[in-house]
Amino acid sequence: MTAALAFWLFAVVLLTAALMVITAKNPVHSVLWLITCFFNAAGLFILLGAEFLAMLLVIVYVGAVAVLFLFVVMMLDIDFRALRRGALNNLPLGLFVAGIILTETLLVATGWQAGQGVIVHEALAGPPAGMSNTQWIGSQLYTRYVFVFSMSGLLLLAAMVGAIVLTHRRRIGVKKQSIAAQTARTPAGTLGVGKAPLGQGVEL
Amino acid sequence: MITLSHYLAVSAALFVLGVFGIFLNRRNIIIILMSLELILLAVNINLVAFSAFLHQVHGQIFAMFVLTVAAGEAAIGLAILVIYFRNRGTVAVDQADRMRG
Repeated sequence: MTAALAFWLFAVVLLTAALMVITAKNPVHSVLWLITCFFNAAGLFILLGAEFLAMLLVIVYVGAVAVLFLFVVMMLDIDFRALRRGALNNLPLGLFVAGIILTETLLVATGWQAGQGVIVHEALAGPPAGMSNTQWIGSQLYTRYVFVFSMSGLLLLAAMVGAIVLTHRRRIGVKKQSIAAQTARTPAGTLGVGKAPLGQGVEL
Repeated sequence: MITLSHYLAVSAALFVLGVFGIFLNRRNIIIILMSLELILLAVNINLVAFSAFLHQVHGQIFAMFVLTVAAGEAAIGLAILVIYFRNRGTVAVDQADRMRG
């Protein structure tokens, strides 16, 4: 009973927050609603017995992705009012396509039957005895899926390098210390001894 | 009694909200990226729900990989957004025709 109540609470708040994400006038509010979305999705994950993924969602999404969004929204000086102009022109087409997809997916979700030999259990069961959810995931992730796991690490590395390469810019006309040039200097290149004629001085 | 269908319905509704968000904010790439996050979240809920009701862990592992891809996608998308804004002074993507594509 409590689980059902929690499910409806999380589901309703999740969908309301998702609606607010796409309709909010201020993108900062959108990001905050997105964070609400992620928290409620994490709640659903906990109801499903996937605690590790729930925590991952909070840490990765709320801690990293949403904050990244917030940074970008706040750092760029964007005229959001101009961007919203004419947004309602797309409303009929959007509603049409969304309605079609919603009908289709709901039909599939409610009328779906498991294939032969696949058992869909009514009750939720946790990990095998003596294991936590995290151990259960780890026991598969680091054995069967170790290659995919390494590849996803590589993917994140590529994304990081790509983001740095894209946004890094070399400023021209800014005085910066060049340690290599400093240490490469020798007395021969910088010192000289010359004769100064009497009463005339020297040209430097 | 909450069954698999309930979770699938929630995930379907979330997915549709994401798609609708792309239509509604066609010019604002920031909201489009957020809508993409919503869509990927819907996929994750689907995967985890199936994983829980089939008593298998593989769905959760794949949800983790989807999470990884979503994080990378957000980073790259926002990086592209930043340089686009730097070059054009706006993020209206419906005018992104510099490459004549």
